[in-house]
Amino acid sequence: MAGRRLSPAIDIEKYLRKRNLPHIWCAGCGNGIVLGALLRAIARSGFRQDDVAMVSGIGCSSRLPGYVDFNTLHTTHGRAIAFATGIKLGRPDMHVIVVSGDGDATAIGGNHFIHACRRNIGITAIIVNNYIYGMTGGQVSPTTPKGSRATTAPFGNAERPFDICLLAAAAGANFAARTTAFHADKLEDLIFKGLGRKGFSVIEAITPCPTCFGRRNQNPTGVDLMNLIREQSCGIEPGGKSEAPAGIRLGVFADRDEKEFTEIYAEMAAGAGR
Amino acid sequence: MSVVNVRLAGTGGQGLILAGLILAEAAARSHGKNVVQTNSYGPEARGGASKSDVIISDEVIYNPKPETIDVLLVLSQAACDKYCGELSPGGAVVFDSSGVVPPPGLKAMGADVTGIAVRELSNEIVANVVALGVLAGAFGLVSAEAVESAVLARVPAKAKDLNLKAVRRGIEEGRRIRSEMEKK
Amino acid sequence: MSGAKRGGIEVLSGNDMCVEGALAAGLSFFAGYPITPSSEIAESLSSILPRRGGCFVQMEDEIASLGAAIGASLTGRKSMTATSGPGYSLMQEHIGYAAMAEVPVVIINVMRGGPSTGLPTKAGQADVMQAAWGSHGDYRTAALCPSSVKECFETTVKAFEWAERFRIPVTVLPDEIIAHMRENVDTRCIAEAKPFDRLKPGKPPEEYEPYSYEISKEGAAIADFGRGYRFHVTGLAHDATGFPTNDPEEISRCNWRIIEKVEIARSAFTWTEKFMLEDAEILVFAYGSVARTAKDAVLRLRAAGIRAGLYRPVTIWPFPASEAREVFREARKVLVPELNAGQMAGEIEKYLTRGCDVEKINRLDGEIITPVQIMEAAKALHGRKKAQSSD
Repeated sequence: MAGRRLSPAIDIEKYLRKRNLPHIWCAGCGNGIVLGALLRAIARSGFRQDDVAMVSGIGCSSRLPGYVDFNTLHTTHGRAIAFATGIKLGRPDMHVIVVSGDGDATAIGGNHFIHACRRNIGITAIIVNNYIYGMTGGQVSPTTPKGSRATTAPFGNAERPFDICLLAAAAGANFAARTTAFHADKLEDLIFKGLGRKGFSVIEAITPCPTCFGRRNQNPTGVDLMNLIREQSCGIEPGGKSEAPAGIRLGVFADRDEKEFTEIYAEMAAGAGR
Repeated sequence: MSVVNVRLAGTGGQGLILAGLILAEAAARSHGKNVVQTNSYGPEARGGASKSDVIISDEVIYNPKPETIDVLLVLSQAACDKYCGELSPGGAVVFDSSGVVPPPGLKAMGADVTGIAVRELSNEIVANVVALGVLAGAFGLVSAEAVESAVLARVPAKAKDLNLKAVRRGIEEGRRIRSEMEKK
Repeated sequence: MSGAKRGGIEVLSGNDMCVEGALAAGLSFFAGYPITPSSEIAESLSSILPRRGGCFVQMEDEIASLGAAIGASLTGRKSMTATSGPGYSLMQEHIGYAAMAEVPVVIINVMRGGPSTGLPTKAGQADVMQAAWGSHGDYRTAALCPSSVKECFETTVKAFEWAERFRIPVTVLPDEIIAHMRENVDTRCIAEAKPFDRLKPGKPPEEYEPYSYEISKEGAAIADFGRGYRFHVTGLAHDATGFPTNDPEEISRCNWRIIEKVEIARSAFTWTEKFMLEDAEILVFAYGSVARTAKDAVLRLRAAGIRAGLYRPVTIWPFPASEAREVFREARKVLVPELNAGQMAGEIEKYLTRGCDVEKINRLDGEIITPVQIMEAAKALHGRKKAQSSD
């Protein structure tokens, strides 16, 4: 894969709450890669720490805000986007970032997710998709591939998975893109792009969960899963390997510049007369 | 009377809840009365049963729901059948003479509410305001000036003329049925 | 929309005056979801708030509504939601969150008949226990039960003061009758209300700990997001800094703090009415709309020669324990009319002395308990006393 290397000159340590480290994540987990990419993207965006609110729900990736030195809010399962909506409306000048897992964002929080897309509110949602409920020990999630095993799908998942980016694009998000923890530099770029968008942006990061997903699905280590993710990845851009039907389709699924909700609200309020 | 319990009843969409509110506003604002207005209605936005109760009192009103009705206005047969039994001794029912037939043995007065709204004012929608005028004219619950200004405070500018006509015509009709009743 | 013009006599509903109370208290953020019989509150605020520099948003459900309100509260805005029965059930998750994370927020729950969809357009008082214990875990909160349109205003103003002062979720519980009834109100109260602004940390950001304050009746300060205090808020058990902890000592401190900060200020929450209690031989305990018919019954009973009196809590949570203990000490005959199957009757039994005779009147049909019902029960109770004393 061509392209830049990770941004080596960026100091992300200043963003870490070191008293809370080490983190709780397993060896081989992709959350650390997402954290690094997110912090580099924030640094590149030039945001002041005081102006950033980071909101999460419940799950492994939702512990991320506890490790970073911003205004951080760890909420209830699935509801991060609802709390973030209140923050953005309360302080439209703040940069509001949501970090959520696949179960958090698309099962229990699915309704909030699609409505945030519809409102096109200025929030950047990082959806960390490891295909499984990690924190609760490996139960099937709305993105678990059909046939994959989970503690609550011992004979293989009988259900079809969501495509989070297509869902976001159809529901009206300004920006929806997918990449993987393997493509860490691309991930940083896409988050950077999402942070620059005024409307709702979704960056889905496919990550390995060796402990809960890989062990039950013939890929017991982080390296196994990273190799699998690399092998299965295919682009959706013209000329890419989009013909690969079983692959992980990477790319930008929605890229538009429709007006952001709090801006529309401010205009409406001005029109209503103070 | 230091307390009068009034009920306006009919079909959802007839505007009786608004009429009850205007009556309460007229009594409170112009006459300094204590008022309580409550409604009951079904799930239908239009149609279904609807009632608005107004208590007008010189005293503090504790019980918000009237136990008996002193003045009952009914714009539908169903409302008439349902509520005449709740009249207090000496209570009166005013019914819409175009289409409602009250049970015998009551102090009942027929007012041409719908007729006035449809034929004279060419607008069925103001039947509630006509009815309000009738109540004011027949029972003196509130003065003509009080009910007129309360109506005007509640309607949009472009509808003021029509509603003023409706309430005045209602007051006139109210006075007519009152004098007819007194002749009996 | 609220028709209050501020200054004169107006005929307004309980919902109208909840809106006015919230605005007078300084409301600047509302998130809600339509539900009968509370929707008028959202409708009014959708028109008023944008014109006052505030923010109104209709969310996708009640869980999101309270979540958004808590989020906005963390940015320093006085925030509220309004709902009814089924929506209040959905909000319980975030009532617990606001209690645990200690974020000020006000909830108006217009009580309709339940359970489930129940009676959307009719009254109930069956959410009074839910208002105290609805969310999982142990926490303390406050709830107020207005009995008049004007009291809807006063209780809403007070709810904001308590929420902001003590960093707790506070619920106002008008029943459907109080929320929808209209009565004459002297709207001068609107201009006279004194809003309470939340306490701000007296420390610079580097020394600030959101959960290390001294518990006191004065309440606790909280910093706003986005003003230089970069702190962490979580629903997990946390230490003084706000970060999750597994240390039993810290966990215990966290859980006791959210209970003790309300318990210590119990007397500040006490708001009751005692009506003709001094010589009462029949004590009626009632709240909300039923307290009105109870008052009517008390007056009529006295006219009939039975000395009745009314004890009415406006604050039902925290329950006015020490005052209730005094009031009930001498009571021998207590009557408890409620639009539920006896929820507060169960609560007051804790405060009754031995030998006290309690009679409950319970209605679950969506209609008010009438003065006649209360009088008949009082007369029966009164007669029973005579029969016993002649033994």
